[in-house]
Order: sequence, then C-alpha cells, then structure tokens
Amino acid sequence: MTMLKIEGVHTFYGNIEALKGIDMDVQEGEIVTLIGANGAGKTTLLMTCCGAPQASKGRILFEGKDISRMPTHEICHLGIQQSPEGRRIFPRMSVFENLQMGACTQDPKHFDSDLEMVCDLFPRLKERINQRAGTMSGGEQQMLAIGRSLMGRPRLLLLDEPSLGLAPLVVKQIFETIKTINRENKVTVFLVEQNAFHALKLAHRGYVMVNGNITMSGTGAELLANPEVRAAYLEGGH
Amino acid sequence: MSALLTSSRTSGSEIVKELAFFAVIALMMSVMILGVKTVDRPTGLELAVRWDLVVIAILSTIVGRLALIVRREHLSRLGQAILITIAATTVFEMFVRFREMDDRMAPPVTLDMAFSSFASVVVAIILLAIVFSIAYFTVRKPGANEDDSKPKLSAKLQVGYRANTKKIGILGIAFFIMFPFFFAGDRSAIDLATLVMIYVMLGWGLNIVVGLAGLLDLGYVAFYAVGAYSYALLSQSFGLSFWICLPLAGLFAASFGIILGFPVLRLRGDYLAIVTLGFGEIIRVVLINWYDLTRGPDGIGSIERPTFFGLADFGRRVPEGMVGFNELFGLEYSSMHRLIFLYYLILVLALITNFVTLRLRKLPIGRAWEALREDEIACRSLGINPTNTKLSAFAIGAMFGGFAGAFFATRQGFISPESFTFLESAVILAIVVMGGMGSQIGVVLAAFVMIGFPEMFRELAEYRMLIFGAGMVAIMLWRPRGLLSFRDPTILLHMTQKEKAVGETK
Repeated sequence: MTMLKIEGVHTFYGNIEALKGIDMDVQEGEIVTLIGANGAGKTTLLMTCCGAPQASKGRILFEGKDISRMPTHEICHLGIQQSPEGRRIFPRMSVFENLQMGACTQDPKHFDSDLEMVCDLFPRLKERINQRAGTMSGGEQQMLAIGRSLMGRPRLLLLDEPSLGLAPLVVKQIFETIKTINRENKVTVFLVEQNAFHALKLAHRGYVMVNGNITMSGTGAELLANPEVRAAYLEGGH
Repeated sequence: MSALLTSSRTSGSEIVKELAFFAVIALMMSVMILGVKTVDRPTGLELAVRWDLVVIAILSTIVGRLALIVRREHLSRLGQAILITIAATTVFEMFVRFREMDDRMAPPVTLDMAFSSFASVVVAIILLAIVFSIAYFTVRKPGANEDDSKPKLSAKLQVGYRANTKKIGILGIAFFIMFPFFFAGDRSAIDLATLVMIYVMLGWGLNIVVGLAGLLDLGYVAFYAVGAYSYALLSQSFGLSFWICLPLAGLFAASFGIILGFPVLRLRGDYLAIVTLGFGEIIRVVLINWYDLTRGPDGIGSIERPTFFGLADFGRRVPEGMVGFNELFGLEYSSMHRLIFLYYLILVLALITNFVTLRLRKLPIGRAWEALREDEIACRSLGINPTNTKLSAFAIGAMFGGFAGAFFATRQGFISPESFTFLESAVILAIVVMGGMGSQIGVVLAAFVMIGFPEMFRELAEYRMLIFGAGMVAIMLWRPRGLLSFRDPTILLHMTQKEKAVGETK
C-alpha cells in the first residue's frame, strides 16, 4: 500500500524554484532514501512533506489524504514525525523532557511503554535521562532526536541527515537502529542523506536528486551498482 | 618606590601608561559631576568650579590603581596596604568636601574632626587600621593557582540554592506572611512591602511571557493599565464591587493579550520587542486621548476601596448597610487595618500567580512554552500548535498583569496614564531579566533590588541613584545572566559531580 505519494510538487523560496516537479512514493514498511549533493533540494522536499514551506504546485498524499495544504502541527497528528536537519533538540531541557515533548500529541497512557521502547533502542539515552540535552555529544543528540520522533508513535518517520557531523562508528550505530526501527517497530522510514553509501545499503529503494529534480530511482542495490551514482556520490568518499 | 614598581611582568612604562589612562577616565567622569556646580546668585544661575574635588578624585584613582597593580603583581604586601589606605582616605575626603557644598545638610563627619579630640583620633586610627588590615591580609599568595580545587563560595551558594529551592521558597513565604506582625505600626514599611509585592506579581506575570515562552514583551504595562482602568471604570460606571471586578479585569487584560498576540505571532526577537513596545504606547496614548471614557490626563479619582470580601468596610465612616471591619472583629478602629489587608491581598494574588506558574510549568502547556522558547521549528515538527501556545502565554501573562492593575487602582484610589509609561514596562522587564530568566525566587530578589532599595534609601537623596547605578554595574559584572540563573547548561558543564547530581534532580 502506498503510504506517501508525492505528485508533481513544486516549492519556491521567494522566486527561487527549489523543487521542480517531484514525483515519488513511499510504500508501507519500506525504507526509502533520497540522496543528492548539497543544495539539491533534499531537505526542502522533506520539509514540504511537513508543510513548512508548503508546496506551491502539486499534491502530497499521505494514505490517500492530501496534506499539502495542512499546517505542520496537524500533519504530525496524522502519524508523520520528522527528525529535522541539525537535530534541533531542546538543549536546555533534560533528555526526559525532550522525550516528553515528542509525546505531546499522544495519549499519555502510551507514554511509559513508549519511553521503555526508546530506551531499549538507545540505551545511552536511559543513562542520561536527567541530563540537559545540550550537554550531550552529537551522536547522543541524534539518538535523542530520533527517539523524540518515535515518542510521537509515527507510522512514517522522516529522517533528515541523521549522520550529519557524526563519527563513522556512531553513524553505523545510528543506521543499525534505523533498520531495527523499520523492522521491529513497523515504522516506514523516509531517509534523506548525503552519506549515499550507507543510506543506499540500508534502503529498500532510493531516489537521486539533482537541482530540484529526481534524476534516477531504483532499489538500493541497483543504485549502488549504477556507474553514474558511483561516480557522483560514492567514489572518493568510501 | 622604583624597586617596587619594576617587576618581571610589567615594566615601569606600562604602569605609567595604565595610570595615565585611569587618570584620564577619572578626569572625564569627575569633571562634569564633581567639578562644576550651578549656584543661584542674585544675578542668575552661575557655574561654580571646584577643581579641588576633581584633583582629589584623580589622585585617589591613581593611588587606588597603583595599589591594585601592586596587589596584582604581588610586589609588596605592605606597600599595597598603605596605598589602599591612602586611596580610601582621599575618597572619604572627596565625599566630605562634596557634601560640604550641599547647603541643606551640614557634613556629618570631616577629616578635620578626626583630630579634634582624643576619642576621635582613636576612632579614626581604628578605622584606618581596619582598612589597612583588610588590604593587608586579603592578599593572595604569589603563585597560588587562580582556580583552586577548593569550591568557591559562589559555587557552594549555587549548590545550596539548587538543593533547597523549595525550603527557601517556603521560608520566604513565611517571612512575607509574618511581615505585618513585625511592622504593625510602621505605615511606610507596609506601604513599601505592598509596592514591592505589586512588582513581584508583575514580574512573575511577565516571567510567563518572557522567561518561559521566550517572547520579549516590552509593553507589559499595557495589561497593567487595562486591568487598572477596567476596575476603575466598571466600579464607577456600574457600581460593581472590587471582588466582581477583579476577575473581570483579568479577563479584559487576557483578551487584550490575545489581541496583541495575533499580529505578532510571526515575529520574534527584536521585531517582537518593537511591536509590543508600540502596543504599550498605543494603550497609553488611547488612555490619554479618549477623554469621554477615561478622562484623559486628569485620570480617574476616588476609586472605590476594597471591602473585606463584601462583609465589612475599612473606612472610618462606614456606608449604610455595611459593618465596619473593626466592629466585625471587635477591634478599635485603625487606618492600618486597610493597609495590612491590602498587603495580604497582593501577597495572596502574587502567590496565586506563582503557584499557577509553577503548576503550568509541569503541565504540557508549560512544557510547550519552554520548548517554543528553545526551538520553534522543532516544536512545529513535533505537532505543537505554535499559534495557540504563544497566544496562551500572552493571555495568561496579561491576565496576571490585569489582576495587578486592578489591585493597583484600588490601592491608589486614583489612576492616570502617567502611571503606565514605558519606564514601568522597562522596570518590570528588568526585574525579570535581572532575576535570571524563568527563576521565580530571582524575581523576588530583583524586585527588592529594583524597587525596595531605591525606596528604602530615599534619605540618601541624589546619591541613591548613583548607588543604584553602581549596583547595576556590579550585577552586570558578576552575574551577567541574572541573580539566580541556574537553568543554564554552560554552568552545568563546569560543575563537579556532586553539583551535577544536585542540578539534575532539579
């Protein structure tokens, strides 16, 4: 079943057309990744899915419902949670308070079991549950950002560059966890990444974005093997 | 002396440069304040020049600075103690001479008096000895590490404060409840305490908007004004009593908070501050110009005083159908009863503000405010409706401002737009910022510093503003984040394990 369907979406920042007609879809239970260079429009597409900024043309369907004109906070209530670029945790609040904020759209009766689930996924967060979030390392903050999104009980999780600025070992750990979240918790994942190698290895399917257009798509393995993708995004890096 | 001035770290020429620099600064600061005075002569106002004061000011600055250099370079304990004593004496002499100019008051003590009798010589020597020994014995040993492993006093205080916030709060409340018993006969003390309490309440109200939700509001006094005028007008036009008007005033102020909130939803930081500033002024200008309703600059007078919950009246002449407060309780009539009642009234209102804030902080809406202050985009992506969250912060903050305004109107008995100038907003905001954003006890401390101290030291005449300014500079230097600003992670980073443990349980 199609969970997220993006149809001919154009997004503008003022006069600049950041997205020039994007068509893509995410099926239920998948991990789909979107790779591309800096400034290709990956983050813009993810933010457009969340309604900030709103698409100026085209439709975004979540489980058949058009969400392209809805305000951000209402989209969250449908079951889409986003872990935004740069983590954007609340630095002066404790880890626990951050997780509480993540659960603010949910019925409090789920809170304890969800907290346990997140703490099982990220044992580090449990250790630091009362620490100010801003005092943690980058990797821990990323875990917190993902954990916070999971507290909102999403069916579709949008992850924006979870590997940004992290040590290779931590990146590996984070990607393992994403896999677990997808498999065990039955959360569909839409992953935007610059780290093409890891992302394509993890994902069922992938899209390549260049200058606001989708130029290629295929399964993760196909794209990994594709010479053009290799030349543009993989060579030299790994 | 020359041996004293040469050191491994600072050369003589550098010291001379430094001294010259401070001498110039002392000259610039003293020449207008101390050096020139207007004198009323039969021919008109004339300028009198007092160069001796300027010279003494520069001299004391140079000597004092020299003492600090000696102290800094660990040159000579004795030398720096002597220099500091000389500096202290010259500063004293300067103040004495400055006061002598003041025709209103004879100088209380002068340096000459020290030699007028045996007893005064002894007193003078003892005072000098105290200054000297403080300067002599507080010097740090050369080579001692700047940041000792020993916890500093301020760090200890922080831990103590964090661990005992609740106890300190309860002690404070107990003190304020007992206050009228200690000063039952002292009219001015009760009046001052009431005034401070009004500002504490306003500070706590604004703290919701600025400290918790992080929305910089420079026009908070507008809600105070709305509350005051709502009560005054409702009571005069419809004869409603204070107890009915109080919630109405809060309601009106809250709706004004929402009216202000809507247009500024998209603004943040500086832009928000400017618009709220404008809003505050709009309210004041409307109050001045809408003569038919508000009687403009004339203000509204003889506003009804509050009754004892509608049961009894505090006045000497009790209106028909009402019992006097003194009759109700079988006491002798005293005008203090009303004052003490007003004090307790504002105390209760302020405490309600505080408890509501503390409760809200633990509820989802309070958390949402704090999260909104930290990161609005993250809040949106978590499903928090920023519109409602911001509006609720404005509305609730404004509501408490309205309550305080209604109280102000009933206490003063007279209100005019004069009472609601921008300066008031600035003072309330200063209380919140100085207390340390979001700290409830900090607001109380800051209200004391900002309102209590200047009022208490009214006898010091123009010096009190000088001392006030010095106090502000001191706070800027030593507590730039506010008096009690412990909700900050940068402090956490530098804390020892024990402090961390305490900090985290908070």
